[in-house]
Amino acid sequence: MDIDVHKIARLARIRLTDDEATTLGPQLVSIIGYVESLQAVDTENVPTTAHPHDIFMPLRDDTVTNSDNREALQASAPALDSGLYTVPKVIE
Amino acid sequence: MPFSNLEELQQRMQSGESNAVAIARSYMMRIQEQNANINAFVHLDQDSVIAQAQASDEHRKQHGARLLEGLPIAIKDIFCTRGENTTCCSNILKGFVPAYDAEVIRRLREAGAVLLGKTNMDEFAMGSSNETSAFGPVKNPWDTDRIPGGSSGGSAAAVAAGFAPAALGTDTGGSIRQPASLCGLVGLKPTYGSISRRGIIAFASSLDQAGPMTRTVTDNARLMSVMAGQDAGDSTSMPVPHANTWLDACGKTDMKGLKIGRPKEYFIEGIDPEVRQRIEDALAQCEALGAEIVDISLPHTKHATAAYYVIAPSEASANLSRYDGVRYGHRTEDPANLDDLYSISRDEGFGEEVKRRILTGAFALSSGYYEAYYTKAQKVRTLIRQDFEKAFEQVDIIATPASPITAFKIGEKTNDPLTMYLADIFTIALNLAGLPGMSQPCGLANGLPVGLQWIAPAWQEGTIYNAASAYESATTWHTQTPEVKS
Repeated sequence: MDIDVHKIARLARIRLTDDEATTLGPQLVSIIGYVESLQAVDTENVPTTAHPHDIFMPLRDDTVTNSDNREALQASAPALDSGLYTVPKVIE
Repeated sequence: MPFSNLEELQQRMQSGESNAVAIARSYMMRIQEQNANINAFVHLDQDSVIAQAQASDEHRKQHGARLLEGLPIAIKDIFCTRGENTTCCSNILKGFVPAYDAEVIRRLREAGAVLLGKTNMDEFAMGSSNETSAFGPVKNPWDTDRIPGGSSGGSAAAVAAGFAPAALGTDTGGSIRQPASLCGLVGLKPTYGSISRRGIIAFASSLDQAGPMTRTVTDNARLMSVMAGQDAGDSTSMPVPHANTWLDACGKTDMKGLKIGRPKEYFIEGIDPEVRQRIEDALAQCEALGAEIVDISLPHTKHATAAYYVIAPSEASANLSRYDGVRYGHRTEDPANLDDLYSISRDEGFGEEVKRRILTGAFALSSGYYEAYYTKAQKVRTLIRQDFEKAFEQVDIIATPASPITAFKIGEKTNDPLTMYLADIFTIALNLAGLPGMSQPCGLANGLPVGLQWIAPAWQEGTIYNAASAYESATTWHTQTPEVKS
């Protein structure tokens, strides 16, 4: 199987150096090759499982539970300006 | 004292022979002397530990003892602890200090526990050997050339080395049970939904569960009864029936009337013959205690690992998209544009195994492959669930080896990620099915611990505690400890 590791890395927003691509490419092929064995399983009319129990999403009372904790929550931010997160310019 | 269990420590505090401060100090002294040799702890704030212990002693005097009063518990570095470093042993979270406690941590504090530092783990819990940690590998106290298992390897090693009487771990595909097995401890992965995941750094949300790692079955039930319960902060957490009966369930000394399933798919070629013998011996012991052993089949077992290595990386690739270098965590210096900020920060911050899993997941979820991989794996997941449902029409509980092998050498499997993935073949299926499972010590093979795994129907932790405590009462394996040199 052929996998375009650079395309996948772009989708995942991870820069891959050439060295990394050389190692990760074949490893990815071997992992996907292994999980390929699933194709042999007969899953005709089998429903999917996304959650291990058959339950509905529970609803809690519609009350305010979170208070303003901005300073503490932003304390770990790498770059802030006036309480806002900053990123490189996106609009010219 | 380093190898005391929670019950013994509690008795010593109750009788006045010792107190929380003295106990915390003695563990911290041992950690200071020997951690360099094991690398089990990655953060330990001594002042905070002493302050918690003092508060606990004070509480005992004023109001009496709570369920975990004064008991030191080591915490896997995946649980958010307010005001204290929480890194998931990844460089991308270097220096991250959460503004809140995980719900489990809140419950532990409320029950009087003393949180004893953060333990080493595979980066983002992705690994089976604790070799992917940004803080370096953990060594198995039974043989320091060997791995302790993973991903909760630091927690397992901390308890096995006598640095703590108990620890918290998390288990997505075996990360509590496999290290518990390889280090000779009792480790439980509870029913999915028993324990709130709020404040536990997410790996694969439909599989992740926290659980206790202890020396004895009773200690395990004690911690579980504090940890379990529904939380409005995690919509997948559920009301837990019978949690108040677990401690009593540990009084069992026989297995009369218990039907134990022995699935043929877990006794296959490739399992270490010594490990297999210990499990057969354990089953014979169960028969002697009155259990009936029933041969069963879980026919889709061989597909569990493949299904897991589609589902877990897919969920991980979505969960780990939050590490973007903007709101917290590592940010690359002077990125040229927003795309570079994301992709270079992530390349610099994530280790190799984490990148491998994110890329595997991104591939399985990508357009054109989604149906063939992700949807297919979810259907196989249904078949695996149904295997267990059918088996539990015949038996009360299932017994298997927790790991096909004992602890392997550090570096032995790091070159081939796929071989490493196969270390979890016996633990993965029950995560996919959401079932509870426990590993408990059942002897040594070539001087290294072997774990017996119990699997029960959903919400039947009590059945596991019954069986495991009966087995424990008839054997002495859980009292064996390694010789740790400083």
